[in-house]
Amino acid sequence: MSLEKTGTVKFSEHEVLHELKHYLPAQAPLKDFVHHNTLHSFQDRKFEQALLEAFEIFGFKGNLTLREYRDLFKSGKIDVRILKEKIAVNFPDQKMEQVLDKMLNGKYPKSNSPRIGKLRSNWKRTFKIDLDSLVHPTLFRILSAYLDQGISIWNFPIDAGGFMASMREFERNAYGSLFKSDRVRALLMNEKTTLTEVLNILVGDEKWFEQYIFDQQFAHPGWSGIVSVIEDAPHSLLDERKVSLHDLVLFESLMEIDQLDQNFGQVWSPIAFRLAEEPIHLFEPVYFKEISIILYTFHQAFEESYYQQVLTGLLETRKFSHESAQVPSFQALFCIDDRECSFRRYIEQLDPQCSTFGTPGFFGVEFYYKPANEKFYTKLCPAPVFPKYLIKEEGTSAYRKSEIHYQPASFGLIRGALLSMTYGFISPFKLIKNLLSPEVSSATSLSFNHMDKDAQLTIECKNGEHENDLQIGFTVEEMAIRVENVLRSIGLVKDFAPLVYVIGHGASSTNNPHYAAYDCGACSGRAGSVNGRVLSFMANHVEVRKILASKGIHIPDETQFVGALHDTTRDEIDFYADSLNTKNVQLHANNTETFKRALDFNSLERSRRFESVTDKSSATHVHQQIRNRSVSLFEPRPELNHATNALCIVGRRGLTSQVFLDRRSFLNSYDYQIDPEGNYLFGILRAAAPVCGGINLEYYFSRVDNQKLGAGSKLPHNVMGLIGVANGTDGDLRPGLPSQMIEVHDPVRLLIIVEHFPEVVLKTIQRDAATYEWFKNEWVHLVAVHPEKNELYRYKDGQMHSMTLQEFELMNDQHLSELLKNELDNLPVIKLSQNGK
Amino acid sequence: MENNIHAFILIPLLGFILLALQNKKSERLISSITLLTMIAQLGLFFTATVLWFAQGRPIWEHADFTLYQHEDYSFVIDFYWDKATWVYLGVGAFLVFLVSFYSKTYMHREEGYKRFFMNLTFFFIGFNIVVLAGNFETLFIGWEILGISSFLLIAFYRNRYLPVKNAVKVFSIYRIGDLGILLAMWLSHHFWHVNISFNELNHHDLVIEHWTEQSAVGVAIALMILITAMAKSAQFPFSSWLPRAMEGPTPSSAIFYGSLAVHIGVFLLLRTAHFWEAQDIVRWIIGLVGIITAGIATVIARVQGSIKSQIAYSSIAQIGLMFVELSMGWYDLVLIHFAGNAFLRTYQLLVSPSVVTYLIKEQFYHFTPRVKTVEDSLPKKIEYSLYMLSLKEFNLDSFMYRYLWNPTKRLGARLSFIRHGWMWALALVALVVSYAILKEGEAGEHYRHYFPYVFASIAILLVLKAFTERKLVFWSWGMIILNHMMVAVAIMFNEEFTWDHVLLYLGGIVVAGAAGYYILGRLRSQGYPVDLDQFHGLSRSHGKLAFAFLLACLGLTGFPITTTFLGEDLIFSHIHEDQWLLALLTGFSFILDGLAVIRIYARIFLGPHAESIFEMGYRSS
Repeated sequence: MSLEKTGTVKFSEHEVLHELKHYLPAQAPLKDFVHHNTLHSFQDRKFEQALLEAFEIFGFKGNLTLREYRDLFKSGKIDVRILKEKIAVNFPDQKMEQVLDKMLNGKYPKSNSPRIGKLRSNWKRTFKIDLDSLVHPTLFRILSAYLDQGISIWNFPIDAGGFMASMREFERNAYGSLFKSDRVRALLMNEKTTLTEVLNILVGDEKWFEQYIFDQQFAHPGWSGIVSVIEDAPHSLLDERKVSLHDLVLFESLMEIDQLDQNFGQVWSPIAFRLAEEPIHLFEPVYFKEISIILYTFHQAFEESYYQQVLTGLLETRKFSHESAQVPSFQALFCIDDRECSFRRYIEQLDPQCSTFGTPGFFGVEFYYKPANEKFYTKLCPAPVFPKYLIKEEGTSAYRKSEIHYQPASFGLIRGALLSMTYGFISPFKLIKNLLSPEVSSATSLSFNHMDKDAQLTIECKNGEHENDLQIGFTVEEMAIRVENVLRSIGLVKDFAPLVYVIGHGASSTNNPHYAAYDCGACSGRAGSVNGRVLSFMANHVEVRKILASKGIHIPDETQFVGALHDTTRDEIDFYADSLNTKNVQLHANNTETFKRALDFNSLERSRRFESVTDKSSATHVHQQIRNRSVSLFEPRPELNHATNALCIVGRRGLTSQVFLDRRSFLNSYDYQIDPEGNYLFGILRAAAPVCGGINLEYYFSRVDNQKLGAGSKLPHNVMGLIGVANGTDGDLRPGLPSQMIEVHDPVRLLIIVEHFPEVVLKTIQRDAATYEWFKNEWVHLVAVHPEKNELYRYKDGQMHSMTLQEFELMNDQHLSELLKNELDNLPVIKLSQNGK
Repeated sequence: MENNIHAFILIPLLGFILLALQNKKSERLISSITLLTMIAQLGLFFTATVLWFAQGRPIWEHADFTLYQHEDYSFVIDFYWDKATWVYLGVGAFLVFLVSFYSKTYMHREEGYKRFFMNLTFFFIGFNIVVLAGNFETLFIGWEILGISSFLLIAFYRNRYLPVKNAVKVFSIYRIGDLGILLAMWLSHHFWHVNISFNELNHHDLVIEHWTEQSAVGVAIALMILITAMAKSAQFPFSSWLPRAMEGPTPSSAIFYGSLAVHIGVFLLLRTAHFWEAQDIVRWIIGLVGIITAGIATVIARVQGSIKSQIAYSSIAQIGLMFVELSMGWYDLVLIHFAGNAFLRTYQLLVSPSVVTYLIKEQFYHFTPRVKTVEDSLPKKIEYSLYMLSLKEFNLDSFMYRYLWNPTKRLGARLSFIRHGWMWALALVALVVSYAILKEGEAGEHYRHYFPYVFASIAILLVLKAFTERKLVFWSWGMIILNHMMVAVAIMFNEEFTWDHVLLYLGGIVVAGAAGYYILGRLRSQGYPVDLDQFHGLSRSHGKLAFAFLLACLGLTGFPITTTFLGEDLIFSHIHEDQWLLALLTGFSFILDGLAVIRIYARIFLGPHAESIFEMGYRSS
């Protein structure tokens, strides 16, 4: 239901559930954790408007607190000149000094109560009954038992075609009943019972049905959200379950009626008949108050203060032409991931002759992957893509150790007794071992385990074999298309070095239910090793090269592509280089050294935010401590993942190679000269806006409202059914990011910077409505950097406006190494001088 | 060594005091102090172990000092060391050390870092006192510390609704245990006619002699001890509190509810085994409780969809088996079982977040949909019913409500027609009338033995009012203070209860009560509408006041920080062994007092903060 339809009283089950689904959290089960915009449901509105509505309607905080902004102002992170600019725009009719004074010293009311829950709170107020505490515990238990993916040993005994049907089967075939009230029992058993019927009893007035359902479901958005996700994507569970939001609402309403019947007998008036006061309709228009304008003015100034420094840095250090006379020593493709920023910087520092590229880490090859000995397919491409290909791992010797602590035996009575009296005495020593010298254990999710290095992959499809409607491998033509696309989109079409690395990334963490959130987002929360290897195979294929040559991309025969995996947590790299020619073997050995040293430095740079790293005597030392973190049972921050991400820069490396961006930028390589029409750019932005934007906004919202939009502290988390986490045993599921992942994040929207002519950029973003929405409604910012002149253009309200920056004095890198050792906070933009390129 | 057993308590106490002095931001200092404390404790433990073995593992006993002495009543701090002490002390020191080490990094940057380690150390003090206690009185001190530190750790995330709610819930079960132990102490006074020490229970003949004299009282004592042990060790029908206690950070859940706290009931039975082991009936009951619990908890564990509750119920089932082993007299096995179970469950809880990694991976390899289980061979009807019953935890969670707290609340609600002012008037009138009757001399004395009941009943009325007051905190607080006064009056009429005893008892109450009033008054003057109909979460904005008020609450519940603690024990020694009703009334009013007080603390200082400038979680989160 949209705002305009407020007046309608007609209740349409279908429409309301659809609407509800839209607003509920959309996080998939834990194993498929993929970042997305937490407030995706508001994306059709302008950012500020959306935040206001989210706050007034649902009570979601969309900004930092006034106090935090004031502190940022005091610390200089909000530039006073920029703040004044923003005030002039947002408070056109007021005196600057007055507004500034209000912003810095004004007092504003501290409480605000959202609209959600107001209607249903009448049970408590008027009827003196706390339905939530009567219904939730049992409801959550039943849901978690029904959806459980393997924690329980005796699993839900019925699967009679869906949740409701199973509950009816229970009712029919068990002693006693789920319900105490006869009429509720009758309603349950009647398969024709509609929501309308039930809501008539409960609410009474059709006008309030929608609001009631929203109130009811938003009292436990976690469970409702997962039900809604599973309804739409049953495959996200290995052990599939049929459940629907409709069933949940119906069942919960029945439970509520049952409680009311128990308390009041069968005669009680529906809630709508006894409203103390009429609540405001949920989607009634909302209006800006002064405080909300102040908050977003602060916020815009905060973002802009950072953006302008970055842009200043880019303009002052960029190199227009990076044509070099000789062929690079090697080339390396990385994921656009912000965590690769610093790694690339160190590689380039150590080997100024090399060149590095960024592109989404699935490397343009989309497929399902089936590891040897496993029973399921894993998608290895962005989540919204549904590939038609399957790649299988074959011939692995890897086997899996089983671990008693997770086995059902330890939860049994007799076996549990025997185990505790024997194996129990080993447990503390395992713990001590991990405390003193942690190593990889069964509690670890290790990126290198994603694929066995020695196994074969079925990459090429020769005879058109299929499995479950998926083609096994790619044909030569299909390969050529993909290789060409990737190479052109990053601007690598000539001067191929003898070795071209295709480096995917993954992460390792231990004792961490959110492990999937640390892996490569472009590979649906998996490691990118397979993709790296697959693209290399394709690009090395003789037939593929022939086709490429016919399209003008000549890859010399001695050039070899090599797949690799960078573990961003442990800062380790592993190459899949099995058939190198003799000359390349030597080169590769040298390059490997470069990579390894770069990783030492990289871990040193990362370590500045880790308090556990105390010994900073040498990079190798630090690196070892970093590795330990990833396998420590007690380390809730194996790495900081995408925290602090703020930028996405699409352009040639010359634009960014001389500036220190503190691992805050997604970097997508792109050469405007190859793509005058913006065709490849379109592909890049269509992915970058939702993927990088999604990551950015998930961090953003989890940071500003960690309680409602994030998962809170992960320390008390309890794994429910392998699909989600809750606090304790009675709680609702907690989607979003835990506080340990976002605490150092500065919540700013993503600034996408594109190196191309403004008119091309504008046309490109407008090609696709869904992509354009991100820019139009300002969920991400966009600046075009003129590729031939030092000029900037900013997207605003459908146009690219020429942009001027405030003057910023940027630091140079004299003290950078000191800062990298000791500074805990985000570092400013710094101009680099050493990089040769 | 024997004379220095108290060092095991002084070390963590010193650590606790040092911790209290630290700034809450200095994580490194805080964790270092905690670790040093635990290492020192382990060192001491090893030294003691060597000495103990060298001496041929004797029983050590040491009456440390006399806290209070009055005629035939004495409150002696007494220590005792035997095999059970050794195992519990060792496992405790070892696990607390490991968990402190674990938490040092794990808790990094968590709000309440200091609070966590202080709580942990506080718990450790209580644990050590309990396992080293040489008599009921000493044990009870530790017992109270365990209860309150449990409450504080469950409510560690004090600004969310569920942790606070569950903390109060668990506290209410613990309070039943407290009642058991109070009554057991009361009966023991009469059973032995002195304050018996655990060492004396080893005199087989002495024990048998007393049993033959008064076997009914003996059984009653044993049952009180058993109830206490059942409550503390989450045995049927008290089991459902254990999974609900898992609200704090994972390591605290591991140490408390996976291992140490939950095995304390077993320890209590071990400690008193020489008292009850000769009585078959007692052993039968213990065994039966164990078997029932083991069976039920195992089935419940099998259907749990959340990892922590699965571990919790499995642990309960194992403890059920320990009860069975106790009833068989296999004490050494119990000790091995305890240590193994404590280690295993601690580890399982600590690695519980990784269950996703492990099991999902495992499923990738070995998935078979809908594994057949034993239960599938049951007739469908039984299978379904048993499943649903297990899923609902055999309705154990609502059990306490349905049969204890709700009737109490209803009773209180019936009394709502009585205005608070009337209660004060009633108390006053009763006092005057009794005094007048006594003045009548002979004739008055005739009625004297009714007075204790009258005043104890008034006391109960008061505490019921306090317990069920849903709004006015000042009145509720006042009712509790008055309740204590009425209890004192009741006992004064019952027996020679001298003024210095009264002073001892009410001294702490008056101080704590006044402090509480002052703090509440200050909050009100700051414009906070302090009342009981919602949570205010003021600990977030008034941390120091919250702590001061907590102390006042503890004082008012007879926690061993004021003389009231002694007075409480004294009061019971003045109730005759045939005065069951009076003992129950007094005991019950202590229990409700504790609950009412902790509820006031929870409502004012815990829960979501009244102002939404602070991020607020969903109530269901």
